[in-house]
Amino acid sequence: MEPQFSDQPGGYVGKPLVRVEGREKVTGKAKYAAEFALPGLAYGVFTTSPIAKGKITRIDTSAAAREPGVLAVLTHQNLPKLAKTPNDPQGKKDIGAPMGFLPLTGDEIFYAAQPVALVVADTLEHATHAATLVQVSYQKGEPLANFKQPKAELFDPEKVQDGKQKGHTRRGEPQAAFASAPIQLTAIYNHPVYNHNPMEPGSTTAHWEAPDRLTIYESTQGVTRTQSAVAAMTGMPREQIRVITKYLGGGFGCKGATWPHTILTVQAAKAVGRPVKLMLTREQMFTSMGHREDQEQVMQLGATADGKLTSLVHTKKSTTSPWDNYAEPNSKIVDLLYASPTFESSYELARANVMTSTFMRAPGEAPGSFAIECSMDDLAYRVGVDPIEIRLRNYADHDYGTGQPWSSKSLKQCYARGAELFGWSKRNPKPGATRDGRYLVGMGMASASYPVHNSSGTARARLYADGHAVVQAGATDLGTGTYTVMTQVAADSLGLPIDKVRFELGDTQLPTAPNSGGSVAAGTVSSSVYLACQDVWQKLIKAAVIDRKSPLYRAKPEDVAVEKGRLFLKKDPKKGEAFGELMKRGEMTDIEGMAQGKYGSGYEDAAAAKNADPTQKDQAGHHSMHSFGAHFCEVRVDMDLGTIRVSKWVSVIGAGRILNAQTARSQIIGGAIFGIGSALMEETIRDQNFSRYTNADLAGYHVPVNADIPDMTVEFVEEHDPHINAMGVKGIGEIAMVGVAAAVANAVYHATGKRLRDLPLTPDKVLMAGLNS
Amino acid sequence: MNNFAYTQAASTKEATTAKEADKQAAFIGGGTTLLDIMKSNIEQHSLLIDINKLSLMGIDNAATGLRIGALERMSDVGEHPQVVQNYPVISQALLASASPQLRNMASMGGNLLQKTRCGYYRDTAFPCNKRVPGSGCPAQQGDNRNLAIFGTSPNCIATNASDLAVALVALEAKLTLENPKGATRTVPLADFYKLPGSTPHLENQLQPGELITAITVPAAAHARKSHYLKVRDRASYAYALVSAAVGLDVQGGTIRSARVALGGVGTVPWRVPAVEKALVGKAPTEDNFRAAAALAVRDAQPREHNKFKVELAQRTLVRALMEIA
Repeated sequence: MEPQFSDQPGGYVGKPLVRVEGREKVTGKAKYAAEFALPGLAYGVFTTSPIAKGKITRIDTSAAAREPGVLAVLTHQNLPKLAKTPNDPQGKKDIGAPMGFLPLTGDEIFYAAQPVALVVADTLEHATHAATLVQVSYQKGEPLANFKQPKAELFDPEKVQDGKQKGHTRRGEPQAAFASAPIQLTAIYNHPVYNHNPMEPGSTTAHWEAPDRLTIYESTQGVTRTQSAVAAMTGMPREQIRVITKYLGGGFGCKGATWPHTILTVQAAKAVGRPVKLMLTREQMFTSMGHREDQEQVMQLGATADGKLTSLVHTKKSTTSPWDNYAEPNSKIVDLLYASPTFESSYELARANVMTSTFMRAPGEAPGSFAIECSMDDLAYRVGVDPIEIRLRNYADHDYGTGQPWSSKSLKQCYARGAELFGWSKRNPKPGATRDGRYLVGMGMASASYPVHNSSGTARARLYADGHAVVQAGATDLGTGTYTVMTQVAADSLGLPIDKVRFELGDTQLPTAPNSGGSVAAGTVSSSVYLACQDVWQKLIKAAVIDRKSPLYRAKPEDVAVEKGRLFLKKDPKKGEAFGELMKRGEMTDIEGMAQGKYGSGYEDAAAAKNADPTQKDQAGHHSMHSFGAHFCEVRVDMDLGTIRVSKWVSVIGAGRILNAQTARSQIIGGAIFGIGSALMEETIRDQNFSRYTNADLAGYHVPVNADIPDMTVEFVEEHDPHINAMGVKGIGEIAMVGVAAAVANAVYHATGKRLRDLPLTPDKVLMAGLNS
Repeated sequence: MNNFAYTQAASTKEATTAKEADKQAAFIGGGTTLLDIMKSNIEQHSLLIDINKLSLMGIDNAATGLRIGALERMSDVGEHPQVVQNYPVISQALLASASPQLRNMASMGGNLLQKTRCGYYRDTAFPCNKRVPGSGCPAQQGDNRNLAIFGTSPNCIATNASDLAVALVALEAKLTLENPKGATRTVPLADFYKLPGSTPHLENQLQPGELITAITVPAAAHARKSHYLKVRDRASYAYALVSAAVGLDVQGGTIRSARVALGGVGTVPWRVPAVEKALVGKAPTEDNFRAAAALAVRDAQPREHNKFKVELAQRTLVRALMEIA
């Protein structure tokens, strides 16, 4: 049965409650990972390589070591030995490392700004200065910068995303279908390097409280994953390592895995016998925690004369590191969105002197949706129908990739409601035909989709007889509202006023929760919290039916229900008592419940994904589980100057149960802005000769400012999904940006009649497109 | 960053003398450029001479012109009613610069000495002739989208980053400089900046110890009818891809005088007298503006990624002129 909360006091779930931790944050009391002032704290600062390829021929740390306050200078020559490093495939797998290389383990330079020394000193200033005094001589090599360079060697990786995804997929005979299609469209899309740039940089504070007791304050999207990675590298059992992340200032994927600075700080703390803090600089954020890889997509689309897809062929080329085969899996969403009878995808990679790229908000879906959604827009114009109509003609009534039915899908409602909110009917179908003064006005839209990924986690609920409760899970709040929504779920599940419930997260001493990544946290953690609270009631019901003094004595447990904290007989609701009375009589000060929330374990379908192959779990349920949505964008383009301004925005999303109307709206707004940034201005520029970034700061790497963003309209379609998890929550962190860049580019096409396929759409490209016509 | 000494100067004389005595010393006003540059190890200074206590303040609007103390903050000048009314191009250039927080800190004199945003200059891992003379200029064959197409040399194509300087050069502003002997001299801003040539590290005419104390701008009809247009990658808080500072004196349907300078395209703020000359005596029409703007880019030397600036500069100029036509 779907959990219902409307009968509970307050009925908090779904309401637009303000953040429970808001006051702590705005008053500076919320402690982020780098804000724990431990006694004797020392500071670590990296010396990094100016070159992108070569060998260290000599490293002289004496001048740095002589500086006042310097405690140690770690290099590849004296880094305390680790039980395992990611430098070999087995080690990498055991650690779960995102990159098959740990700096300071050898003399070779593979990428620009690779750490070559770690200076530890008593103050940040001493360490920062001493780090500039480490003298390193290099034998320089000739670096490769990307897959497009003449010397780059493209290869077929067979598997991508670090072996997690198939690099080849084929359904039917797409090439033959394309060759015989009445409409054949081929388009090439180019994407720059993007960096996550969360407001809070990555940081580690490592504290060896004893040789067998290590505490790490870490800026991470998952304390458990950090714990297991550090355990593997140090060779310690996990229980000896505690990882704490109470607050996070954004992550967007770059804090989803354990990067080199974490273990190097742990080793530095070991070397100096003091707690050590290392906080990456903004510049280092471009070369320390991954990025979204530069890539090119070729999208081939075959269709009948009336616009029904007969073939989709997608290929992707991208840059990867010297060690890993990472490419975000763009093809999944291309396969999923529409009813194409045939499909094929392939990937090619080339190694270059860059660090390994990693998941960045909607990995695969973000760029993949740009290709398919721009090409679908092309198809609409080619056939001469409305962009929404072309999508309806190709509406996928089931998942063509897996053949499974959808667990739920509200995409048609999203199109309809979005169009209504946006005023889509006022759109002149002709491109380049709408003017407002000197501006060309365009309206575009795109579909969005994101999977409900395989995940599981546990939570614990402790209810006190006096009507207070503390509920815990080792989850992460990226800043998006996890504290708040879990407090809402717990309060409603326990029938308590919200100020009587405290939710705790971000500590490996709490029950294990999944990484906050892949949009899994809201669904998994809320389900485990809900089920843990149900476990409390089940325990109390069992206590009541054996308590001679209880009105429920000798009732069958299944005949007892709980509402507003009162246990009663379903058949005779007058017969019952409040939990407090029961607990006081039984001398129970408190009672604990514990439960596991799981992917595919919905309230109607509890065992769906049980015992599945872990690598195939996303496909293991009886249903294909995805959220869907539609974005609508209006732009004003100044063709003379090449500037594009987004002047109107509507997102309508169907993502199962929405836990908090306000934080959810903020999530979608934030994700859409993230996507608008990727569409119009974000780009990390790698010098072709040096393979080193030339704009590694927030003055040169542009993210949108307030003046770039109009008022935004967000709505959610009411959706009840019985299959995904106990709470019916799909998660919204990533779908918010899927399709966004395409909606912008489609609006630009509608405004100007120019199809721009190379992101970001900066003024120079708009201007040149106008010149070249 | 290295250790450095700090002193607060009580008088201009004290400041200039201290600077002359220590070749590694720097004046610090708002510090919005200097601190970045020092933290990035681009410059190492032994001594910072804080000049904020000096009486280099005042925004005085007289019939002959405008006088601005070098320590006035960008935001105060940009929002000053007399500047807004009589020198709109200066106000607009200031308010299109940086962010409100930076404008509240940054001084007018400091703005004119701000360092280029060329990525090769800003990262000590790269060679850069401006930072380390003789080390090379990877920007020539590298990421030069934001860099200059005018006044370049094989040694440097770094863009002058100031918006204010573009407006001031257009209006023929002058700087008052004071040396350690207490003597003052006046230098047209256009002459103050040096082209990179073979010495891109020498950016201006300042002599040892010399301090900018004031900026003067002559009053003129073309100053009252002036405009600053800045084209950039986002709506705010970005350096100019191209900007134009323009002023026109139009009487009886004829342009009597014109002032035109471009930003984001020059190694120094780029005044274009040929355009000004071409406009005088003409009617202020879009066609005439377009014909004149073509003269602005005759000497352009674009590189691989900044060719678009040749076209964008003309269009920006035309659009800016249309605003005041």
